[in-house]
Formats: sequence, C-alpha cells, structure tokens
Amino acid sequence: MDALLSQHGGRSEQLGRRLAELRGPVAPRGLDARALAALAANPGCRRRAVLDAAGVDKGAVAARLGRPAPFGRSPFAIARGNIFEARLKADGCAALLEPLRRHLGLPPGEGEPPAVPDLLTSAGPAVRAARTAEALAEAVEASQADPARWTLLDHPMLRLSVAGAPAYLEPDAVLVHGGRCTVVEIKSFPVLDGSADPAKVGAAARQAAVYVLALQQAAEAAAGRPTDQADQADQADQADQHPNPAPGPYQEQRLPGSPELTVLLVCPRDFGQRPTAAALDVRRELASTRRQLARMTRIEELLAALAPGTSFDLAPDQAGEPTRPAEELAEAVASVPAAYGPECLSACELGFLCRAQARAADAVTQLGRSVRAEFGELTTVEAALAAAAGTLEFADEAADRLHHAARLRAEALAEARTRPEPAPTPAPAPAPAPAPDAGAAATPPPPAPTRPATQAAAG
Amino acid sequence: MSLLTTLARLQAVRSGHAEPLATVRHRHLGERPLVLVPLATAVEDGAPLAVLLGTDRTAPALHFVPQPLNRERRFEFLAALADELLPYLESFGTEVELVSGSELDPQTGEKLPITRELCADAPQLIVPNSGGVRHLALLGRATRFRRTAEDPDPGPYPAPPRVPLLGRWLTHLTERAQVPGSSLLLPMTGLLARHWATGQSHLEDQQLGAQLAWHAPPAGWTGPTGAAAAEFVETARDEHGQLHHPPAGPATDPRFDEKRLAPAIARYDAALTALRHAEGTAAAAAAQQALQRSVAALRERLLGVLLPTWHDVWQGLDLLRTLPPAPHVAERWESDRWSYTGHRDRVAAGEPPQPRLDDAVTAARKLALREREQVRLEVGEALDDPLAMAERRLAGEAFSGLVTEVVAAQDTSGKTAKPRPLLTVHTADRPHAEPGREVHRAGAPKSQKAEITAVDAAAGLLTLRLLNGMGRGKEPEPGSVPAVGDRVTFTLFELTPRQSAPLPEPDDTPWTHGGPPAAAQNSTATSEEWA
Repeated sequence: MDALLSQHGGRSEQLGRRLAELRGPVAPRGLDARALAALAANPGCRRRAVLDAAGVDKGAVAARLGRPAPFGRSPFAIARGNIFEARLKADGCAALLEPLRRHLGLPPGEGEPPAVPDLLTSAGPAVRAARTAEALAEAVEASQADPARWTLLDHPMLRLSVAGAPAYLEPDAVLVHGGRCTVVEIKSFPVLDGSADPAKVGAAARQAAVYVLALQQAAEAAAGRPTDQADQADQADQADQHPNPAPGPYQEQRLPGSPELTVLLVCPRDFGQRPTAAALDVRRELASTRRQLARMTRIEELLAALAPGTSFDLAPDQAGEPTRPAEELAEAVASVPAAYGPECLSACELGFLCRAQARAADAVTQLGRSVRAEFGELTTVEAALAAAAGTLEFADEAADRLHHAARLRAEALAEARTRPEPAPTPAPAPAPAPAPDAGAAATPPPPAPTRPATQAAAG
Repeated sequence: MSLLTTLARLQAVRSGHAEPLATVRHRHLGERPLVLVPLATAVEDGAPLAVLLGTDRTAPALHFVPQPLNRERRFEFLAALADELLPYLESFGTEVELVSGSELDPQTGEKLPITRELCADAPQLIVPNSGGVRHLALLGRATRFRRTAEDPDPGPYPAPPRVPLLGRWLTHLTERAQVPGSSLLLPMTGLLARHWATGQSHLEDQQLGAQLAWHAPPAGWTGPTGAAAAEFVETARDEHGQLHHPPAGPATDPRFDEKRLAPAIARYDAALTALRHAEGTAAAAAAQQALQRSVAALRERLLGVLLPTWHDVWQGLDLLRTLPPAPHVAERWESDRWSYTGHRDRVAAGEPPQPRLDDAVTAARKLALREREQVRLEVGEALDDPLAMAERRLAGEAFSGLVTEVVAAQDTSGKTAKPRPLLTVHTADRPHAEPGREVHRAGAPKSQKAEITAVDAAAGLLTLRLLNGMGRGKEPEPGSVPAVGDRVTFTLFELTPRQSAPLPEPDDTPWTHGGPPAAAQNSTATSEEWA
C-alpha cells in the first residue's frame, strides 16, 4: 500500500494541498460513515462533494451565512442508543451472541464463545486502525485453520481511503467466521412485529455499505492487491486499455477476510430491549457508495472549475468565532454549484442555505427534484409560469402541457365561481341507495349480528 | 405530484399565498371533532410523552408522563387518556338508525331479511400530521394486548382496566385512516394539502405551522405569508435557543429536549427521591410540595410546546369550514359510520383484539377495500369538483365541451325502435378516445352511456352515440338528451365502480395462502416485555 501511495504521491500531495487551501488552517473534519452515506444519497451535488472532500465544517459555514442547520440529537435518543448497546455488550456480549450464533448457524447456547481481542479503543485512530488490521488478519487466519472458531471485533477502526485522504470508520462490531467477516450494525429503533421503519433501515444499510467497502479494501490490501480508490478511478478511465477492467459492482470479492455482502442489523424487538438480528443485503448500497467514492477521486475536475484563490476558510479568531466576511464566503460557496432538492433539508447542513439560493434563483427545483425533471428546459418559476400563460417564446412539449393544464385549471376555477351557492344547510345528494343485498357487499360489510365477524376488515 | 398540483404550487410561489386545489371540501368534518396533539419522547420508539386533546378549542386537556421511562407513570397516563377519549368515542354508539337489508343463509342459500343498526354519527379525531397517526397506531399496538388486573392471568404488570380497550379503538381508527376518503381520523397537514397548494414542496408541507404560513402570517411574524413566513416558523428561535413555533410532533425539537425537558424531568426525579427519603419525617410536606412544583413546571413547559400546534389545528379546521362540503362526502361518511358501528359491535361481542399480523384473507380483504374506496373516491371527487375533473381531463380520461349538433337517430334492429341520438361535441381537451370506446356522461339526470363513433382530433370534434338513460319509449324522454349549446362532460372511466368477486371467509383460506389461521395464534396476549 505504501508503495502505491508513493506511486501516486505527487498527484495526491498536490490534491491534498489544494484541499487544505480550500479548508483553511483548521483540522479537516473527518468523513464518517454517516457523511459518506449521505454523500452517496445525493451524488449529483458538486458543492457537497467539494466541501466534504476538503473536510470543511459545513455546519459552521451554514451558520456563518445565516442559515444554520437545524440538526441535533435529543439527549434522550443518545442515551437510548447507548443503553441498548451497553446491554448487548454486557457480560462479554452475552445478549448479542445469541442472535449472531443463530445467524452464523452455530450451535446455540454454550458453544465455544468467540474470541474478543483487545482493539486499543482508547488510542488514536491511526494506532487503532493498525491494531484492527492486525487483529483482523489473525482472526481470519485462525478461523481458516479451525472452522469452529469465531471472533468478534468490538468497535474496530477501519481505514478507507477517500479522495487520497484516509477516513477512519468505526463499525459497531465485525464478526469473523470461516475466513470471512460480517459487519454488525447495532441500531436502537425497534423491529415491531417483524418490520421496521424502512427509512431507518435504508439509512443503516447505506452506512453498513461503507463499512463493507472499507473491509473490502482491507482484504485487498492484505492480499497485496491494489486498493487505492484513485487507482480504481484510473482503471475506470482507462478501462479499454487496461487488461483487467474493474469488476462489476455486484461481483462478490472472494479473498481471505472478504466481507459478506449481507450485514447483520441488530435492533430491539417490539417494545422491549431484547435484541433481534436481521440479515440485510447491501449490494445495491455498496455499488452506489463505490460509484460515488470513485467519483470523489475525480475531485480534481471539480476543483479545476473553481476560480484560483477560492477558499471556505472561516478564519476563526482566538475564541473560535469566524471572522471571514460573510459576503466573501457566500461568493465562494456560490461558485460551486449545488444540486438542491427538498430532501437535502433533512440530510445536509447546507440544506437551508441551498434552499434560500434556489428560491432566490427562482428555480423550480425548490418544489422537488421530480418537478425539475418533468419541466426540462423550464428551470425557473418565471419560465414555467410564462409557459403556462402561453407567452413563452419557444414551446416544447413540457411548455405545451403546462399551457394546456393552465387552461383547464382556469376553466375549472371559473366554473366553480359561477356555481350556485349551496343551500345554507347543504343537502348532500342522497347516496345512491344501494340495493339491499348489493349494499352489504359494497359498503364496508357490517358484521351480521348472528355471526361473530372476527377480523372483519377495518372497514 | 400531478402537473395541475405543480402548476398551483408555482402560482403559490409567485403569489406568496396558498392556491386552491379544490373548490369544495372533500372530507367530512363533524359537528364535534376531537383534536388530539400527541408528543412522543426519544427515549423509546412510540413512548408517549404528552397529549393535548379536546373538543373545545378554548379548553384543551393536557395529560403527560413526568418520567417517560417509568412504567407506572406511563400506565397512569394511558389510563387518563382512556378516561378522556373513550367516553367521546363511545358517545356516538347509542344513537342508531335501523337499516334493513338481507343476508344469505349459509345453509339454504336463501335470502333472509335482516335489520342492522347503523350509528347516526361517528367520532372524528384530528391530529396535526401523519406522524401523529403513526404514533397513535404505535400506542394502539403497545396497549391492545396488555393484560389487566381483571384478566385471569394478569401477569407481573397489569395495566389499568380500560387501557387495552383504548388500544383497540386506536388500532381501529388508525387502520381505518388507511382507507382512502375515510374521515374518522385525519391528519391536518394532509387535509390542508388536499385542498390548497403551497409554494413549497410536499416534504416541507409535513410541518403544519410551515404549511399554514402560506394561509396566514404566523404568530410573531409581521411580514406577508409565503416562503419567508414558512422559514420563520421552521427556524426562528428565541433568546434561549428555543423555537418560536415548535414542531407539531410527535417528535420534539432536540434543543427543547436538551435545554427544557431533560432538566425538568431530572428535577421531577430528584423531587421524587427526596420525597421517598423524607417519608414519615417532618420534611414530608415540603417534599410533597416540591414534587408538585416540579410536576407543574413540566406541565407548563409541555403546554408551551403543545399550544401553538393546538391553535394551528383549529385554524386549519376554520379554513376547511370555509369550503362547502362536496356532495359525495355524505356517502363516504356513511361508510365511516358503518366502520365505527362494526367496531362497536365487535367490542360489545367480546371479540379479541386485532391480531398483530393479518391473515391472508383479512389482508386481501383490506387491500380490496382500500382499492375499491380509492376508485370510489377518485370518481366522487371528479364528479363533485371541476378542479378534480380537470385532473382527469388533463390525463386524457375525460373531456368537456359544447354540443354543436344533435341528430335524432334510432336503432331499428330490434322489434321496437330505440332512440340512439348522435351528438357532436366540440372540445379543446385531448382525450384518449378512439371510435368504439364507451364513455359515461357526468352530471346526467340518470346514468348515461355513449359510444364514440368518430374523432376529429385536429378540429376538436367528437361524435358520440347515446346508448341509454333515455327512457323506454321510441322518443327519448325530455331532458335526457343534451341540446345544442349545452356544456357536457364525458368520462372514459366508469362512474359506478365495479364490484370485485367476493373473498372467502378466513376459515376457508386455501392452503396456497397459508390455510385457515391458527386461532389465537396472533391475538392472545402473550406477556410482552416493556423496557
């Protein structure tokens, strides 16, 4: 891996310098799995890609520009997550092992407990990552030697190289068994009667996919294969000359220690604190994360489009208060185009800022991405309303449909205005009296008094 | 989002004010709706924190859990909620009308006349948003299987007697809320969004206060309605960092949790501990007072975040009452009354609570009901409201125009000649019409079908042959055929939805679908852990 880095050293050093310039003289904000997953959710946004790659504190930028992100986590929610995880990991992970055993097909109960190596959780990230790599290699080797042996890595530290810079990621746990490893993601939302909130499960899957990707990189590194994301991007660029084009996104990696593409989601069951584990296929999330991160390595292209001297430096003073003039900062932010959609409001610190800009620019995307897709060249509210009024110079299909819709709307509103005022006590038109027997089937079936209608539809 | 809705939103962006999406009110609003604003805590999914409810906008009742992790406090809360809500729900069960119908005798297959009770009115719950509906569903699920001290095997933590009943009612109402057009339990954001478009996205409309900011300037805002007013609702904070306009729940603002709620709960806990230590000593009275003060402080803080939403919901009701009710609303409300009556009867018959998961037949039945009601709703709305019909016309499923020519033709193929007049309609609409297609006349005195015989899309002319609804005579009955110059609307969809084939009884579930459900498999109250 080191040899590789030096091979790309010149380029990534230059890139690193450029990103540091953008950020200013502060420590970069590390990319955690949540941030990486959010990035993959809006792949078209250059603004987010550039600011994240440079490690800029987006929340601080948004606050400086007067649109702070309204995010925060309730202390109750944090405590709840911690309590659940603490319960799982109490007594040598007793509560956690049962669902994991079941999933791996190990004999339940008093079988051989897993090895739980010490991963130096109080050390710095680089030391922890090195220790995790060591423990992972040992565990893989041991599990290959003895198929009954399994290892639980509690809060390992994984390293993922993103845009040439290392990002450190901390999954809740990683299981090693039979020469492969499995990501375990612990969440405190419940699985109620066998189903959970799909939005939360989706977020967990995206997050776990980032860990899987990091483990794949680790396995490749251990096997002595090229791993750097930049290298993959090169492969993609030169796919036709390269003898071994990049593997397909859904192809499973088969190396010693390769992660399973199914992760384990551990959640409380129903209203209690008893854990239940569900296997989650993250192949799709993995493919999109991989694609997105490969794009990030082409960050040079995005940077090349920026004016020289552009910077998102907040120039904090001694007390940490930003001193950078807001207008200057706003100009710098505005120079990187964003792909705003209302979904951003709940996912990105810059959401409110980008919304204000979208509104100021009169962009139709303020109403949703689908509107923008539907309207094609009509990108502003002004143009769309002109198309509706039929006063637009050009007329494509979208404009024509909009004009037609506007005519129908105006006609319907006019018709309603000329409608006679309803009588003071609006006599509802008598419901078409259903024929007695037909009515029994058509209207929600009232249970017959003679027969207990268990489970009559909630009608 | 349909193109017409998008257009209305664009107009709202420009005008800074909500624009109409309906010219009539498409949902029933009762005389005496009960507004209910629930709050949940982040300590557990669906754990209740507080609820503000009532039928009188000037006198809401507040119930809350001073320590959300304490099971007993939660039961007290649920019992208080049951005492408040159940009398309201049950009060509609006494006044009934008798409806005669018939039923097939299962043995002989004969039709037997029977009389059924139908409650004259039904309860109506209004919550701020769809999150409120989900929260009530969770509460229902968490409580309907609880065992009480009256059960033969009460278990270690018996619930107060009426709590499981509350759970069954909440489950019924939240299930019914899934049925399109139903009005027993309605979220205010959805109600408003059905009738008006704002100049923001559907996602931003989920916050009731932000949606209402397009109707009237919010409290504390001096500018006009519109995007800036909505953003004020979303983000404006006071000098303590608290939102001027708290979110409509059920989740509370994390900053409120951190700065206001958590300290107040900690004080309550401390006062409780102090009281326990002081019991039997001279300090007991003072400790009791301290406890009451801590409860009062919590009450005041919760009221502070609930009241703005309470007023918002009532303001939303005021807005909706300015619209005249649509004619088909009464018919849909009758379905709601049947639904209410049915649940009343199931409770009275002592049936077990709704199962955790539906068996195959029940699930298929629910789905069929929802699909049928969806079609019925769409047809009803289109007939009631020119704006809803405009949606169908834009989609090419209907057309309106002026009758330019009427030719009195007859069908002489049978024994007696039947009237089959030909109409020519001039329309600017673009229906997906081809010759031979059957169309239905909207707003006819009697239901009337016609067949398209010729289409001249370039000139906007359609020729139709009327097929029925003209009486039995040789000549059409007066008024049954449109005249030249009349405005007519025809739809390509049927105006009375067809009935699907009946589904089997749960006991006759075929083995391909899992066979008959194992009795009591889902519905028995197994002991369920509770934090």
